[in-house]
Formats: sequence, C-alpha cells, structure tokens
Amino acid sequence: MTTRDMVFVALFAALTAACAVFPPFQAPFVPAPIIVQNIGVMLAGSILGARRGGLSLLLFVILVAVGLPLLTGWKGGFGVILGPTGGFILSWIPAAFVVGWFVERYWNRLNFWNLLLFNVIGGVIVVYVIGIPWLAVVANMEFGKALAGSTIFIPGDVIKAIVAAAVAMVVKRSYPLINP
Amino acid sequence: MLSLYVPGDTIVHRIPAGIKLLILVIGSMALFVISNIPVHVAELLIIAALFQVARLPWKDTLRQLRTALIFMVPIFLFHVFLTDWMLGLETVLRILVLLLLAVLVTLTTKVSDMMDVLERVVRPLKHLGVNPSKVSMMLSMVIRFIPMMMREAQEILEAQRARGLDRNAIALLMPLLIKTLKMADDLSESIEARGYDPEPVVPVWKRRG
Repeated sequence: MTTRDMVFVALFAALTAACAVFPPFQAPFVPAPIIVQNIGVMLAGSILGARRGGLSLLLFVILVAVGLPLLTGWKGGFGVILGPTGGFILSWIPAAFVVGWFVERYWNRLNFWNLLLFNVIGGVIVVYVIGIPWLAVVANMEFGKALAGSTIFIPGDVIKAIVAAAVAMVVKRSYPLINP
Repeated sequence: MLSLYVPGDTIVHRIPAGIKLLILVIGSMALFVISNIPVHVAELLIIAALFQVARLPWKDTLRQLRTALIFMVPIFLFHVFLTDWMLGLETVLRILVLLLLAVLVTLTTKVSDMMDVLERVVRPLKHLGVNPSKVSMMLSMVIRFIPMMMREAQEILEAQRARGLDRNAIALLMPLLIKTLKMADDLSESIEARGYDPEPVVPVWKRRG
C-alpha cells in the first residue's frame, strides 16, 4: 500500500465523519429522516474499491468505538457499537467492501444503473442483513418484528444509493482511482 | 481535538485503558448470558456508584444516552404489547447497563490511551501481513483530517444554504468530494517530502530470527 493509498483511506474515513455536519433530510413520502452519513460508506466502496474502502470504514468505526463523537448527532463511544443499532454501524465495514468488490469486478462496464445496484447490495442489503439480527438479539425482539421496524428506513437508503451512484459516476469519469 | 473524554484524576480514570476495555468486552458478553431483573438492578447500582466516584457531570452522560433512551421506549412498549412487560423491563435494563458501562469507559479514558491499547492488539497481526505502523499512521491521519474535513463540510453547507441548495445532497457531497480528491495528492506528496517511507527498512539491531 502506497502513501497515496493510505491518504485516500484516511481521507474517506474523515469524509464519512464530516458528513455528520450535514443535517438529516426530510424527503416527501419517506417516513424516517434521511441521515447523509452512510452515503460515505457507499462512496468509499464505489470510489476506492474493496480493500481501501473497507479499510477506510474500519478506521472510522474504530475511532467511533474509542470515543470520538463522529456519528450524526455527535454520538460515539462503545455504547453506540454495543447498543441496539450497533450492528448497523459495524456493518458499514463489510458494506463498503462489498460495494467496492462489485465495482472492481465490473469497472470497465460500470454505468449508473449497475453502480446503483451494487450500492443497494452493499450499502443497503449488507447493512440490513447484519443490523437487523443484531437489533433483534439486543432488544429481545423477534426477527420479523425487527425487520418490520427497519423497513421505514429502506426508501431513504435507496435514495442515498441513487445519490451515491450519481456522484461516484462523475468521479469515475473525471478522476478514476481504481485500476483493475 | 474533539473527544468525549472528561478529564479527571479519580480511581476510575486511573484504571489502565486495557483493563477497562477488557472489563467492557467480558461484561457485555456476560450480560447476555446472565440476564434477570434483580442482577441488572444490582449492576445499575454499582455502575451508578462508579459514576459518582468518577465525578462525571450528568450532562455529558445524558447527552450520550439521549438517543438510546428514546430508542428504549419503543422496545419496552413492543414487549408490553406483544410479549410481556417483565421481558421488556429485563431487556431495557440490560441495554441500559450495557450503555452506561460503555459510556463510563468512554468518558473516563483518553482517546490516546485507547489507541495505545489498539496498537498493542494490532501488533501480533503483523504475522498475517498487517503492518502495525501503517495502521497507526492511518489512524493518526484520520484524526488529523477530521477537523479539516468538518470545516470544509461546514463551509460548503453555508455556501449552499446561501444559494438555497442546502437540502440538495448532491450539491453538498460533490464539492466536498472534489476537495477531498484534490487534497489527496498534495497530502501524499507532502508526507513523502517529509521523509515518510511506507515500507520502512527494519534496522539490523531490531531484526529478530
């Protein structure tokens, strides 16, 4: 890993943290507020690829765990990781990796639509597959009920995947960082 | 540097970070194995006493717990209506113990001490091809870049607000991303210009075997 790679990994971890500055959005027909921060997960995967993207989010989660208030609403510390929604935060590491893995595989055939699909697979499905069972265990809920409670966030997450795909396509055309 | 640490010199502050983290890991696992209401109440009392000993301001503790507390109301109501309220109470108490323990560790331990523990944990991973010095280099870079990036994000937010675009995610993210990408090349050049070598040569006297 070159110095430049390390800088990119660190910058995207910081970028994800900086997204906490942007206030949550309220979109029409979307019941829950949309938190901008996990777009950072999709962007890290789509722009840096699997290894660097995953590593970037790993650094971010480590810093949250050791007590930096980097999550939207200035939250941080082990409490967030171990609490009911901790699975959603931890899932960001494999989520960025999965997005990046697909992006690297399909780099030469990448367009808005398949990038959107990869962002949904990594940034939405992976996040829910890890986050929902975690919620069910910590809150003593049935899996189905935890799933039902989380569905209100799905429309917002799909909007985020669309934004991330649009932004990452611009970056791919103007400043590609993945050499397959 | 932004951090949740509340400075102090009490006995809770002075317990080594490694021990605190170990207690937190073992404690959080134990909470799921032994789970009943009297035990959790006893644990709550012990933790409340520790908060007193550590002289932590209630304001900091509450701010960390606020969102979690809001979350616990629906969890409790869920159990009241769908299972039974005793299970709900047990669950809520268990989460509360877990969170308070975690907040106690977070508020009384310096980030730098936790990073030292982390470095010690990472060190054996060098046999798996992980370079511990690169890990700590990257962690320090992130800590250095965060305030810088937050300032950039804040400026972009204000600039787009002036244009009425502060509700447009692309108008906020695109400039931030462009700044990030432009910064990366300058930063890596200046890091190498200061003599940083990503593949350092191990001196003879430090080589083993």
